[in-house]
Amino acid sequence: MTDPVLELSGISKAFGPVQANKNISLRVMPGTIHGIIGENGAGKSTLMSILYGFYKADSGTIRIKGREIQIADSQAAIAAGIGMVFQHFKLVENFTVLENVVLGAEDGRLLRPSLAKARAELKALAEDYGLNVDPDAIIEEIGVGMQQRVEILKALYRRAEILILDEPTGVLTPAEADQLFRILARLREEGKTVILITHKLREIMEITDTVSVMRRGEMTATVKTPDTSPEHLAELMVGRKVLLQVDKVPATPGKAMLEVENLKVTDSKGVERLKGVSLEVRAGEILGIAGVAGNGQSELLEVLGGMRAGRGKVRVEGAEIDLTGRNSNGQTRRARGIAHVPEDRQREGLIMDFFAWENVAFGYHHSAAYNRGLFMDNAALQADTTAKMERFDVRPPNPWLTAKNFSGGNQQKIVVAREIEQGPKILLVGQPTRGVDIGAIEFIHKQIVTLRDQGAAILLVSVELDEIMSLSDRIAVMFDGRIMGERMPQDTTVQELGLLMAGMNGKAA
Amino acid sequence: MDKMPKWADVVLIPLISLFLAALGAGAVLMATGHDPIAALGVMIEGGMGSSRAWGYTLYYATNFIFTGLAVAVAIHARLFNIGAEGQALLGGVGVAVACLQIPWPHWSLAVLGALVFAGLFGGLWAIVPAWLQAKRGSHIVITTIMFNFIAAALLNFLLVEVMKPAGVMEPATASFPEATHLPSFADMLGVFGIPFASDAPANFAFILAVIACVLVWLLIWRTRLGYEIRAFGHSETGARYAGISGVKIIVIAMVISGALAGMMSVNNVMGEAERLVLNSSEGAGFIGIAVALMGRNHPMGVFLAAVLFGFLYQGGAQLSFQLQIPREMVTVIQALVILFTGALDQMIRGTLERAFLAARKWRA
Repeated sequence: MTDPVLELSGISKAFGPVQANKNISLRVMPGTIHGIIGENGAGKSTLMSILYGFYKADSGTIRIKGREIQIADSQAAIAAGIGMVFQHFKLVENFTVLENVVLGAEDGRLLRPSLAKARAELKALAEDYGLNVDPDAIIEEIGVGMQQRVEILKALYRRAEILILDEPTGVLTPAEADQLFRILARLREEGKTVILITHKLREIMEITDTVSVMRRGEMTATVKTPDTSPEHLAELMVGRKVLLQVDKVPATPGKAMLEVENLKVTDSKGVERLKGVSLEVRAGEILGIAGVAGNGQSELLEVLGGMRAGRGKVRVEGAEIDLTGRNSNGQTRRARGIAHVPEDRQREGLIMDFFAWENVAFGYHHSAAYNRGLFMDNAALQADTTAKMERFDVRPPNPWLTAKNFSGGNQQKIVVAREIEQGPKILLVGQPTRGVDIGAIEFIHKQIVTLRDQGAAILLVSVELDEIMSLSDRIAVMFDGRIMGERMPQDTTVQELGLLMAGMNGKAA
Repeated sequence: MDKMPKWADVVLIPLISLFLAALGAGAVLMATGHDPIAALGVMIEGGMGSSRAWGYTLYYATNFIFTGLAVAVAIHARLFNIGAEGQALLGGVGVAVACLQIPWPHWSLAVLGALVFAGLFGGLWAIVPAWLQAKRGSHIVITTIMFNFIAAALLNFLLVEVMKPAGVMEPATASFPEATHLPSFADMLGVFGIPFASDAPANFAFILAVIACVLVWLLIWRTRLGYEIRAFGHSETGARYAGISGVKIIVIAMVISGALAGMMSVNNVMGEAERLVLNSSEGAGFIGIAVALMGRNHPMGVFLAAVLFGFLYQGGAQLSFQLQIPREMVTVIQALVILFTGALDQMIRGTLERAFLAARKWRA
């Protein structure tokens, strides 16, 4: 057996009272793709930040090719042959690919020789790894998948032997993700080592050789990928058995509750974000909107939720609603029975500095139940919060904690509890499980299905295709501000939806 | 989990800030050849040592409570109202109009009328910057600063050209009629047989300031409007999600803020000067910013901070009077307090948070 290219032993890191990494040991073999999986807050990012020199571990050692090293900053990490591709790219938008690759790795005071050298090297790298990118393209003009390649090229240009990718597929279409995986496989063939951090079980199963599971700051298991299953990994991540598939009976759609006709939205920069969207959601069904982030789904939710003006027709139970005027806002929407679980709970759905009980009134603070004459009925509100927290299993069940003191999953439960318990006729849901742990995902999905079974019309927007596939009764795919097509979940495949998400009409192909 | 206990946040930090400011002030005094201990004695005697001293301290404090509340209300909507000074000047015009134009039968009615006019004038003066911020995105800090200058110029014009009685040289209004004179502390406490210096300016307006503290507390933490103001102040996108109109909140919060600043004039113009003069607010609008900062935008904190600043004002005046310490030096001392309690607050907070964390770790 060969020696590990990277070996961590006894790594611990605490932030104040929070122990982010506890005595972590990890051996990564050269020429492999090693997956690291874990829920949000399990400590994956902290561990990688230690490896890349952003944080200093409180204790423990890092060995590369058997030699113990100190990684004080990212320069040291690069020198040790570690390359990092962040979830949010660190590229200069108005520079060319070439300039971005060279940035920070210039050879001298003059730029021209560096650029010439880099151009030759990029060509070689492209041939070696199948990483074709136009070196003179401007970053902001190329797609996300291409931008990610530039990040990988940046690392390779700096002679990275170990490449760390943090949630690399979050912004990619399934097809782009497949391309990325082909590149990673090629890197492995050429002897590079890849560490893939993700929370998606499917990706782990598809591409990795070995997988390490993190839970609550600890490395709980390392297994060979062929020896495990998604169910087993999920159990290791959460610490108990979980239901990966949503348990639901077939929908019995009733009358049309929400009808959208030729809806258009232009943003403040004058860019048309919705280019004529039409759809219909019936009582007792979940319409899932699939699509890569940034194709108009957010704008659709915002217009329907009263946060943004739009042009076109929207009818609620047959009656047209105002989309532009003074009476188009979150309050009038709620009065029509439209509840809204927004995409970004931290910036929209909650006031992070408000107590949980204050947040339970958020958006419904005019409701008679929460008011008594001139003043808000704080006692009633607190009692209501306690009850909701119990029903939705929010932990800790303390109304007097501020929203920011809850974990992502519990924050989302507060939002979902608030919106669902109002008994809406229509529920708009955006990314209901983004940054939410598996246990809470299960619970939130169940609540959404229960509301559907009670006859509500539900519009679900998610970039997680698995979520769309398992939760929706009908799927519409959005691309570039348009609906590319509608499919029934049982009659379609991830591949077909992926093509639609990339703007290609699956029927024609 | 919070980084440190609430009492440390609310009590310890201001005390440490004050202590550091006192050290700084002592160093300045020593460097200029004065005895800091003696100076402190003079300040305490002059600011708190007698009923007359209290009469001045609480008179200044009344001004600062109103302007401090004004700044605090705006900050809850994340609006930095630098314009309390100008709004207070306009409030003074309102008070003068109310007192001179309406024949009040009794001071108790006059004070209500004056409050309404002062609030109206101050609030309306704040509406223009608020509207520009809400509709055009003009930064409220810039516009309210500019409106301070406009207010000063406007007051100048009004006093010289419109409100000055004929044949008088001084740019000031006529003295207000007897029926509008507010009872002083000596008058009010005299009813209960408690003696109080009759030459001290503290007056009935102090009670109004205390009531204003209670009302602002109710507004911010107990009403729907306060809830909306705070929500908007914490997160504009969140407010949009909840259907709270940003335009409405900006305008209403600024009008309330301006009205509070304007009502300060019931103290200085109606209660003390009993006529309107140039620059009647004497910088109280700016002190209000420091008071709100130090009081953490809470009415109780504003009250305490206002009394402290009232003491510094009055004690400082005694300092220059008795020890021949130049007036500018007194301003330096006050500035040190503002610097430490306001601007350097975060420095002390950070250090203290680390200390508490270390202590917790050590105990664990």
